[in-house]
Amino acid sequence: MFDWVQNIADFIVYNTLELSRDSKLADALNFFIYDSIKILILITVIIFLMGIINSYFPVEKVRNFLSRNKLYGLEYLMASLFGVVTPFCSCSSIPLFIGFVKGGIPLGVTFSFLVTSPLVNEVAIGLFIGLFGVKITILYVLSGIVLGVVSGVILQSFKLEKHLTPWVKEILKNAEKEQSKYISEHQSLSQRIPIIISEVRNILRGIIPYVIIGIAIGGLMHGYIPEGFFEQYMSKDNLFAVPISTIMAVPMYSNASGVLPIVQVLVAKGIPLGTAIAFMMAVVGLSLPEAMLLKKVMSIKLISIFFGVVTLCIIISGYLFNIIL
Amino acid sequence: MSKEIKVLGTGCPKCMQTTSIITEVVAENDFDASIEKVEDIMEIMKYNVMSTPAVVVDGEVVIKGRIPSKQELKDLLS
Repeated sequence: MFDWVQNIADFIVYNTLELSRDSKLADALNFFIYDSIKILILITVIIFLMGIINSYFPVEKVRNFLSRNKLYGLEYLMASLFGVVTPFCSCSSIPLFIGFVKGGIPLGVTFSFLVTSPLVNEVAIGLFIGLFGVKITILYVLSGIVLGVVSGVILQSFKLEKHLTPWVKEILKNAEKEQSKYISEHQSLSQRIPIIISEVRNILRGIIPYVIIGIAIGGLMHGYIPEGFFEQYMSKDNLFAVPISTIMAVPMYSNASGVLPIVQVLVAKGIPLGTAIAFMMAVVGLSLPEAMLLKKVMSIKLISIFFGVVTLCIIISGYLFNIIL
Repeated sequence: MSKEIKVLGTGCPKCMQTTSIITEVVAENDFDASIEKVEDIMEIMKYNVMSTPAVVVDGEVVIKGRIPSKQELKDLLS
């Protein structure tokens, strides 16, 4: 599908700039041009499509749906799926958390949403398709959903309500299963489009610098790091690689656009895919900044349990990916 | 007659962008309005929003969870 982009990249590097086919600089630049164009196109399309879906599932509607319907266990899956289509801005995590809990949604279900939302979003999906192909993207999306469901179920079983901060408990006491009047906006698709387009522009404006820098670094690594370089240190047989890279990644934060291009190069140079994906999930899904934000609503004990359970699930996914792929 | 505009947001880039767009629209159209940025999460929660940035005009939440366009703001404030 993207052969024409490769042709453009080849033309610029080998014809216009006349770089030699063997030079590392040529490799790096070719990779950079090809990937930048391909990924920007993919991301734009996917953000737009997800924007349309998301326009029909605003958070208020999701909240009301989850609190009103008895789903016999399926609510974790629904929460996770909504996390996929809802864009995640980490500064919204607290209002969202409180909104959900006020609506009477169980803590575990809320966690399912909170876990899947940052992991599986339009930017990550676009990048994954561009860098790893559709098959791995589907696997990633599924694992993000499963991760959310499993973490949610586990966390729900720990009965952690008592670890919410006093301020939140106050709000809950006064809220009484609040369901805000959700005034459904009956807009036709064509009416929603201008808003969606401006959303696409806003998101792109936010991530383009990171994507470009990420791809640039990836490009340099692509050209200058020898093939199989990492294999000696991090083969599939090294059992400690997965947990160590995951745990290292937890406090780190980068959005998907910055970290994925680099992860792709690491994989191309020999790091097992499972280890790399576990690393990426821990970087994007959990972070020190997020923990700081959550301190307002959760006691440190609750945050640690939350992070601990999710980290464990990520490590397990890492091992599973290494085995399957 | 002066409208009271509040921008709810904990300080991430989106919230700052919203504030600057509103400031521009108010200045360009010479609206009589005050703009206040609410960053304290406890205050924000009083408006029952679930995603930021959010815009409140005279006590009513008019924009939730996204950066409004200049045209939208113009329509809302006139």
